[in-house]
This record gives sequence, C-alpha cells and structure tokens, in this order.
Amino acid sequence: MISYSVTKEYQGMVDAYEKAGGDRSALLNKEVAKLVVHGNKVLSADGVSGIKIETKETKTGVNIYFLVKEGAKIKHPVHLCFGVLPQEGLQEIILKVNAQDNSEINVIAHCIFPNAVKVIHKMDADIEIGNNARFNYRETHYHGEFGGIEVIPKAKIKVGKGGVWQSTFVLTQGLVGKLDYDFEVFCQEKAVAELVVKAYGKKDDDIRVWEKIHLDGMGARGLARARLVLTDRAKGEVRGETYGNAPYARGHVDCIELVNGKEAVARAIPIVSVTNEKAKVTHEAAIGSIDKKQVETLMARGLDENEAVDVIVRGILR
Amino acid sequence: MLRVENLQLTLNGKSIINDLSLHVNKGEIHGILGENGTGKTTIAYLIMGVNNYKPTGGRMIFEDENIADLSVSQRAKKGITLAWQEPAKIEGLTVRDYLKLGGNNFGIEQVRYYLGTVGMDPAQYLDRDIDSTLSGGERKRIELASVLAMQPKLAILDEPDSGIDIVSLPFIMNGIVEMNRRGSSVLLITHNEKVVEIAHRVSVLCAGRILMTGAPAEMSQWFKDNCRKCLHINVPEY
Repeated sequence: MISYSVTKEYQGMVDAYEKAGGDRSALLNKEVAKLVVHGNKVLSADGVSGIKIETKETKTGVNIYFLVKEGAKIKHPVHLCFGVLPQEGLQEIILKVNAQDNSEINVIAHCIFPNAVKVIHKMDADIEIGNNARFNYRETHYHGEFGGIEVIPKAKIKVGKGGVWQSTFVLTQGLVGKLDYDFEVFCQEKAVAELVVKAYGKKDDDIRVWEKIHLDGMGARGLARARLVLTDRAKGEVRGETYGNAPYARGHVDCIELVNGKEAVARAIPIVSVTNEKAKVTHEAAIGSIDKKQVETLMARGLDENEAVDVIVRGILR
Repeated sequence: MLRVENLQLTLNGKSIINDLSLHVNKGEIHGILGENGTGKTTIAYLIMGVNNYKPTGGRMIFEDENIADLSVSQRAKKGITLAWQEPAKIEGLTVRDYLKLGGNNFGIEQVRYYLGTVGMDPAQYLDRDIDSTLSGGERKRIELASVLAMQPKLAILDEPDSGIDIVSLPFIMNGIVEMNRRGSSVLLITHNEKVVEIAHRVSVLCAGRILMTGAPAEMSQWFKDNCRKCLHINVPEY
C-alpha cells in the first residue's frame, strides 16, 4: 500500500497532473483560477476576478460551489484537478455550478488515478448555464494500468436562452476500469448543447455512456457524440438520446464504436424523439471492426498494420 | 521497373484477370485505358496487394523481385503506392498528418507545396480531417498530394480523374506530371482517353487482358473506335 503524507500530497498531485498532460505552470499562475482536490482534501482553491469557488470537505469527498458572475468573461481556462493517488480510496465530488447570464468560461479538468486498485470516483453535478452564457468543459482522465477503478460522472445541466454548453469527456490513457457516464442537458430557446465522450476500453474494461439532450426551447440545438474503441474483452454501450420538443429544434446523435478484438463487445442504443412537428432530430451509429480500407490506405503509405491501426484509433479518439 | 507476366485472378470460379502482361519502365507514365468493368481497379489492387486480392497465376516483378507474397506495407516500403479511386475517410487524421505519413522527413513548407501542386489552398486544408466533411473531389486531390509527398518509385493511380470537376482536372494532371518529373514512374489507370494524353505509353485493357500497347494518340483513337461500343466487361461478383 502506498501512503502519502499530507505535505507531499500537493506535490504528488501536481506531478501526476503534469504526467497526465496537465500544464504545471497553470497551477502556479496567479491569474489562473484552480482547484486541486486529493481524495477528500482540498489542496488548493484559487478564484480570480469573476469567479467564486467555495469548497467543503466531507467524509468521502468535497462539495464544490462554482460561480461565474454575470457578464464575466474569464480570460484563462480554469484548471481543476481531482485525484486519488493511493491504491484504494473513495472520492465523491458534489458539484454545483452557476454560470450567470452573459458569462464565458473554459474549464479544464484532469482526473488522476495512476495507482488505482480499488478506487471509486463519483461526481454528481448540478449545473446552470445562464442566458447567453457559454461554458466549455473538458475532462480528461489519467488511469493507471491496474483497472481497479470505478468512475461515475453524473450531471444535470440546464442551459438558458441562447446559452451554450460544450463538454468533452476523455478517458483514453490507462485502463478505464468501470465507467458509468450519465449527462443530461435541458436546452431553452436557442440554447446549444454538445456532449462528447471518447474512451478507449482494454482488457476487461466496462464502459457505459448515457447522453441525453432535451431540446425544449424554440431553435435549440444539440449534439450527442460518442467515440469508443474496444479491444481485448472490453465492453462498451452507448445510449444517445435526443428529444426535439420545440419548433425548429435540431438535434443529432452520432456514435462510432470500433471493435478491435474477438472478445470485445460494443452496443449502441440511439433514441431520437420528436414531439413537435417542426423539430428535427437525426442519428447515425457505426459499430464494427476497424475499416480494412482505412488500414490498407495507411499501409500503402508504408505503415505496418499495427501502426496503421494505431493511427486510426488515435484519430477516432483525438 | 515493373513487369507483370501472365497474371491471373480467378474469383468464385470466374476469371477476372486473364493472362495479363504489362511492363512499366523506369521514369515512365504508363496509361491503362479500359471501360468500366474491364478489371482496371483489380489490377491496381493486385499490384498493391490490397483487398485480399492475390494472383492465382503469373508473376509481378518489381525491381527484379517477385512481390506477390509481400504485404501491402512491404510493397510500400519498396516504393510502390496506390491512390485509391475512392479514398478512405479517416476521422481525426488531418491533411497535414496524412501527407507526412509517407516517411519522408520534410517540413510544413513541403506539405504546403504538395497541396498547392494539386490546387488546394494549404491555409484552408492543412488542419482539416480527411473525413466526410471533405467532398469526393477534395479527397481525391489530397490523395494525389499524399502520393506526391511519398515520392514513390511507382505510383498506381486508380482513376485519378473520376469525380473531379472540370476546373480541378488540370490540377490533377499537373500533379501527375510533377510526380513523374520528380522521379516517380506512374501507372495511370483510367477510362478517359483525354487523361492518358500525358502518358508515354498506353495499354488498352479488355476483359482482364491487355489487348495492345502503344503511343497515347494511337491507343486513344483505337479505344474510342472499338471499346466505347463494346460490352466486354469483367466485373468481380462480390
């Protein structure tokens, strides 16, 4: 069992953050808002003008209140870093976000579990995006090679008139373990929602993705996109749902799952529903092995077969 | 450079390529002129070794080596490549990265040059994916640029003109001539007799067999006079 003294926790998280692709200098920059949480300990919480971050440690995690003030245009991306460095642990993040009207922000979250043998990471988010506000959220996970981790991110997002929510969830480094992703967005008039999930399942990874978009306001637009690559005995199931409930609402569900291995299993369940005659929702799903023509195209440029497959997989998950 | 001798391909009991012999000389643009269904793409696939096509007879000698048992990669590493009639779409692979795949260690200026040669504005295309957001014609021109960038010894171009609008066709032709000027031999496969005007020699293909080889003007005329109204086709049944 790895043990970590409190004084080393921050350094350990920063090191792991950098190894996972994070920008170390961003965590040291005073103009950048940031939050670093290890297990249930808040190691760093710095806001900047226009942002308020409040935290409360609990027995199993941290409650976070994140406010972006009305009209605030946040210049630098906000960096969030969550992780559990020991082999075992539980981290429950309760997140409440309020991006007020006309605000704009980019948030980059890194979730780091390099040694996980028995770790659970849960996030329960309640997010409100104000009228004409823009919120871009990118969450990248770095897992180790043990696969003993369960990741359960759940979010309910309400997007006000003319507001924009864009989120990208990436889990392509290390073993996924078990992923149960569940994001649901409600869009008002002319609001835009874009949900993107990219995951690379290997060995016995188990991936479940559930993306739901409700286009409740006139002219609302939504895109639910998922890209899964499954090898070895990995399993993946993507459920993409979009509901066109208002005139001129436009939605699209787009899922690609590549299966690269005889025992890997992929499923896709697109649900498109329209309750207004002027709404339109479409879907496309492609599940199967890696396209032979793509592989041979790259081989004809001199790549060997494994290199060609790697280029294709990296492209899908880029 | 390439000698194809008595090549045979039989699929499901049907002869697709029938005793086909062909020589492509070093530094030559060699046109293959054939109507739809005469086996043009099959020849390209057999020489490149793609689509599980393996000859059921004959030999393919490239620089004194029989390449029939080599993998696609091995053939490419020996200097053979293929521009597909319908290039693949690969999500997440940018034009920039696709052109650099060929292994030549060149910089971005070279990539720009190759795109410019086929009439594409680098600023507009470098960072775009070679996926379904590009039109068929755009993908064809990028395919040709990627072959240019690879600087192969032998480029097999399978109908580089198909799906290309009349404005873009000169750029395609320019790309082929430039490829040849830079030292690549070219096997130029088409059903368009105008396209083979840039070839040094042209072979006429019918029902999986080379009927004759000669000067482009002479072969084109013969093709127009005889093949346009002929029904000798040979389409693989799968």
